[in-house]
Amino acid sequence: MNQPLPTSCATPPAATAATIRQRGQHEVFCGLTSIIWLHRKVQDAFFLVVGSRTCAHLMQSAAGVMIFSEPRFATAIMEERDLAGMADMHDELDQVVARLLERRPDIRMLVLVGSCPSEVIKLDLNRAAGRLNAHYAPRHRVIAYSGSGIETTFTQGEDNFLAALVQDQATRPAKSGAARLVVAGCLADVVEDQFSRLFSAFGLSDVVFLPGRHATDGLTIDSNTRYVLAQPYLGATAAALESRGATRIDAIFPLGTEGTTAWLWAIASAFGIDRARFDGIVDQPRRRAEQAISHYRPWIDGKRVFLFPDSQMEPSLARYLHQELGAEIVEIGSPYLHREHVAGELALLPPGVAISEGQDVDIQIDRCRQANPDLIVCGLGLANPFEAEGRITKWSIEFAFTPIQGYEQAGDLAELFARPLMRNSILTGRNREAAQ
Amino acid sequence: MKLSMWTYEGPPHVGAMRIAASMKGVHYVLHAPQGDTYADLLFTMIERRASRPPVTYTTFQARDLSGSTADIFKAACRDAVARFEPEALLVGASCTAELLQDDPGGLARTLDVNVPVVPLELPSYQKKENWGASETFYRLVRAFAGSATRPAEIPANSCNILGPTSLGFRCRDDVTEIVRLLTEEGLDVRVVAPLGASPADLARLPDAAFNIVLYPELADVTARWLKKTYGMPYVSTVPIGIGATQDFLAEVRALAGLAPREAGQDQASGRDRLTWYARSVDSNYLTNKRVFIFGDATHAIAAARIASEELGFRVCGLGTYMREFAREIREAAQAYGIEALVSDDHLDVEAAIIAARPELVLGTQMERHIAKRLRVPCAVISAPVHVQDFPARYSPQMGFEGANVIFDSWVHPLMMGLEEHLLQMFRDDFEFNDGAAASHLYPHAAEIIEDAPALAAETLVWTSDAEKELKKVPFFVRGKARRNTELFAASKGIRPITVETLYDAKAHFAR
Repeated sequence: MNQPLPTSCATPPAATAATIRQRGQHEVFCGLTSIIWLHRKVQDAFFLVVGSRTCAHLMQSAAGVMIFSEPRFATAIMEERDLAGMADMHDELDQVVARLLERRPDIRMLVLVGSCPSEVIKLDLNRAAGRLNAHYAPRHRVIAYSGSGIETTFTQGEDNFLAALVQDQATRPAKSGAARLVVAGCLADVVEDQFSRLFSAFGLSDVVFLPGRHATDGLTIDSNTRYVLAQPYLGATAAALESRGATRIDAIFPLGTEGTTAWLWAIASAFGIDRARFDGIVDQPRRRAEQAISHYRPWIDGKRVFLFPDSQMEPSLARYLHQELGAEIVEIGSPYLHREHVAGELALLPPGVAISEGQDVDIQIDRCRQANPDLIVCGLGLANPFEAEGRITKWSIEFAFTPIQGYEQAGDLAELFARPLMRNSILTGRNREAAQ
Repeated sequence: MKLSMWTYEGPPHVGAMRIAASMKGVHYVLHAPQGDTYADLLFTMIERRASRPPVTYTTFQARDLSGSTADIFKAACRDAVARFEPEALLVGASCTAELLQDDPGGLARTLDVNVPVVPLELPSYQKKENWGASETFYRLVRAFAGSATRPAEIPANSCNILGPTSLGFRCRDDVTEIVRLLTEEGLDVRVVAPLGASPADLARLPDAAFNIVLYPELADVTARWLKKTYGMPYVSTVPIGIGATQDFLAEVRALAGLAPREAGQDQASGRDRLTWYARSVDSNYLTNKRVFIFGDATHAIAAARIASEELGFRVCGLGTYMREFAREIREAAQAYGIEALVSDDHLDVEAAIIAARPELVLGTQMERHIAKRLRVPCAVISAPVHVQDFPARYSPQMGFEGANVIFDSWVHPLMMGLEEHLLQMFRDDFEFNDGAAASHLYPHAAEIIEDAPALAAETLVWTSDAEKELKKVPFFVRGKARRNTELFAASKGIRPITVETLYDAKAHFAR
């Protein structure tokens, strides 16, 4: 399995080299992990993983100290007797749900999350959700999606959740008119508020953020609805929105000054706002972003960066690193490449940048050591072992947990990359080049 | 299905990983879906290990299920052996792979990998992490010591230490402390396993006179097998606390054929500070503080003995999440006149803590959350733990230095004596009052969660004066005072509860 597979991509972007596709050990999280941020964002939802002790252990290990004594997620752990006969699985689940809703009557939406074990035994959670919905509606809504490792990698869990939300919301009668703009992808509250203010300045109303802070917020979509992706990992969500008639506004992702400007301009121009008015609105925040980034640029400029696959944000991060911070990109790893959605990002990268989709972690580590980059963006399972080899790493999960989108966060995003380099400089008392 | 907010233990394959990661020259090929590599973080982040754990995962995905996952597994085994060149290969399945029934053990036997392969059968839907670790260690020892011959001449003072592992609670420093202690006593420690041992070291286990089991949940099974197979006796007194350490040393000396120490020699020699610290008048106020203890069986039982015999606390609750040690914990609890709690349901533990109204909780990372919510001081005595309990400094739990560490860390969360006195005398200070927790503790403490009424509503009629008077009882014993008063009133048929009743009850129970 350690042999690279032949490239089978039909239309590789002209600017980049052939994609490296490998099948081996994937050192990535499964989609369940996205519950860790989704359960904070969507404040009236409870995520119930139907899985094994491993799933429960993953959730608490990944959430670490963030788990409160009353988190809004839990695991229904399947046991030996559940596996013995499929017939009572649904009864068992009903009992767990009853116990849970009794304990947390404030929960408005219960989300059943499928896992590897539940999918391998083909436990139909959609059917269970339908049945439970009939029982608990309208007090509690019940939906289901898959966050299993066999189906999803890390942020793809959010994609499946949002797609399920779109499909669920679409079946509900319209509360008001259809949304004009749907911004899809979980954003930090502060980022959402900043974008809201800019959209207001554009004169845009009826803007819906998906997910909203309440799962029960209405979402009506028709053929007049435009949607824009705020995150690059939303293939299923995009498909779900389009199946309801919405059209996508094509844009690169709002990371850094250039990314945010391009993203906002794509939206503004789609709604007929002229460039002069747009520039007038974004001029001041854009200058603030440039100024903030300039503090960190000297740390990254000319540095060689290697990105391991994790969240599908890697092409966007690499574009930002290269375009706005002057980094040289050695390799962009991504667990999955939605070529249409990241085409704009890839087009902004210099020719010959290596792109890898999927992973054979041992071979990728070999390539990384061989290339000897100045900064390695990777997961926590690899970061400390690389550091112990004297390499400098930036752990990638932080990009999913930190406000990084938009103008006001452009400097913070630069700081995330600069911080390990600054730290190394402080702790060694000199720059890495000087040490060699 | 079981609703679980928290799990005290991971799945059994995590236990197997802990054994593989503890040892040298052992590689583990785990048949598991994509995502199960999260377990690497336990080692690289929580334990801050500087290298990747020696585990290769097959990380199969949905599209692989239509093909042959067995082939993926075999390829992973061959690649792992070629790349890492281990002395032994462990093979097993995670919970999802168990459902696929690819039979890693059977497949591994068909491979010509030229290294010993030890297959693991870990039933993920029945067993848990510690069982998995114990079983894996046992399988490895059987595989490598099973065909060894015990030497004819064995020095009586030679011993092995069994049980310490990677991700174990303070194992790193416990081993250092106990090896040092045993060496001082004139013992010859041969093999420490699994932590730091290689398969070749396991083959040398029968060369020592006897075994020392430091962590029974990990090594009891192995020690019993070594006894049955080679007649090796073993010591399983766990040297946590002064009394336990002395008992442990006495047993070890007896097994090694060394003369017993004279009575009182240890205390007189001042090998620890706990004995004097607990004796000094500053510790007077610790007397009969109510303490709730929960954790793995070994640490919980040891903590109860220290709390009651060495620090003068009163054990008001004792429990473990390990069903395998239910009998031991029940026996221990009986000695303190309480009912043991054997449960791996974190909600049960929370309910038991609320009911027991302790002034100090000694538990795991989870009890820390419960105690924080209830605003009860807490110290961690057992796994599961997070990164802060893999400290940089030397901090054993075992032996004499371990007792010193325990004194400091258990007393620290309690309010200091003078602060406690002043709080009782002057209740209305604007800065220094009930609402403000001990000055050295969490500055942004949550609101006090008032104790849930203990008895049926009709017995709960308090006059407003009595309620006010109850508020004057310091907060850390107020719950107990309320409950005692209500019990007293119910037993005497008193209704409503007045200030007089409150003081009658106080005199009746006389804490």
